[in-house]
Amino acid sequence: MSKSDRERIVITGIGLTAPNGNNLTEYRANLLASVSGVKSYSTRYFGDTVAGLCDFDALRYQSRKAKRVGTRAGSIAIYCVHEALADAKIEPDALDKARSGVFIGITEHGNVETENEIYEISKFDYQTKYWSHHHNPRTVANNPAGEVTINLGITGPHFTLGAACAAGNLGLVTGAQQLLLGEVDLALAGGVSESTGTFGIFAAFNSQNALAKHETPEKASRPFDAARNGIVVSEGGAIYVLERLDSALKRGAHIYAELAGWAYNSDATDTVLPNSQRQGECMSMAIQRAGLQPQDIHLVNTHATGTPAGDARECEALRQVFAGCPHTYFTNTKSFIGHCMGAAGALELAGNLPSFQDMLVHHTINVDNLDPACQLPNLLLDKPRKLERLDAILNNSFGMLGINCVTVVKRYA
Amino acid sequence: MTREEISQALVEIISDIVPDEDWASFDAEESLRGKLESMDFLDVVMELRKQYGVEVPEADYGALETLKSSIDYLEPKLKKA
Repeated sequence: MSKSDRERIVITGIGLTAPNGNNLTEYRANLLASVSGVKSYSTRYFGDTVAGLCDFDALRYQSRKAKRVGTRAGSIAIYCVHEALADAKIEPDALDKARSGVFIGITEHGNVETENEIYEISKFDYQTKYWSHHHNPRTVANNPAGEVTINLGITGPHFTLGAACAAGNLGLVTGAQQLLLGEVDLALAGGVSESTGTFGIFAAFNSQNALAKHETPEKASRPFDAARNGIVVSEGGAIYVLERLDSALKRGAHIYAELAGWAYNSDATDTVLPNSQRQGECMSMAIQRAGLQPQDIHLVNTHATGTPAGDARECEALRQVFAGCPHTYFTNTKSFIGHCMGAAGALELAGNLPSFQDMLVHHTINVDNLDPACQLPNLLLDKPRKLERLDAILNNSFGMLGINCVTVVKRYA
Repeated sequence: MTREEISQALVEIISDIVPDEDWASFDAEESLRGKLESMDFLDVVMELRKQYGVEVPEADYGALETLKSSIDYLEPKLKKA
């Protein structure tokens, strides 16, 4: 049964900041040109490592005071939202503030701010009277989305969704659901990450033997490579303007794609090790809900982070779901930008959306020796590829505690 | 600290807290309330504590109404600073 235009959700604007680009044009060009955003980095207590950092101009859309009082996640979200609205050709002043909502996924929030405060009071013999009164508004879980509403005067709903590294996709899904529920007429949805600001995430991945190390930073993020040794922690953000199709058509919006299907489920097995079966079920459910068959998916943007176990398990799931699909290609964005955590799903999808227009799909870099456990038919390595057909993209995102969220976007027709 | 030094210190603190305002030409007898929100005001109290070891109890917050009244209030506390 076909959906009415009111039941179809479309993407009409994208704002992003990634370690290798501060807008979609720059980011995509760098993906197609094999430009990595991973660099040397040194962080408090932990010391030298590698990371993906963004260099967007936070003061473009924020006062200096708002930036000082707020969080890095808030600044990233505000930048991305403004860029997304501009891309959608919606003037902030023209936004229906009561009918707009902000739905942002995060992997974690509050670690950066808490570590900073502890460091600050360490200079005063740990006396808590030196603890900032800004700590609570900075660390409440709705912080980044809430900062956006204050910045833009949006009076509709705002959620920040904690979903580990599935959060970017879940932000998108939640935005779509809020539109379908009629709670909002315009959703600003996606994900952000400020995780490079917390030494704890580097130290914890290191203790787990899951932090990437390489003498050349640009080669540290290497999903599917036999010598991969862990995750590159990155910051970033991607926010989409989502609208119901009837609204988008009414205002003559440019439509990037239709968010046609999604699914989320839980592994219920392990805190960190993913479960191939549940991942496969999640992908199959998303494909089915998009009204498609696996062979209708022409591109899969994989979640693979560069950990030995995680990449192999995702590939196992992919081989099962896409068995007998000769026209399905696979790629990976983290090889360029590292793991942007809460932003990952949304950011990685963004780099592939222009492919509906020019059919060019970015490849996976840093695979010098493909791990046999990560063998996939049509895995795009070495250079971008111009596909003959691209009608649907499946975007994977999985996170700790076994949270899976998969989105399917279709060429708008 | 002299009154001039206290004035300079206060302007530096407030300029960091509300950096988008021009504090150099701010009238010392004008109320700070229009420029400082409640959380900004707490920032001023915190910075006085951190930088100069001065405690401003809540009951005395009214003394920080203007730059001039703040200097009057802080002068005896910072005499030996």
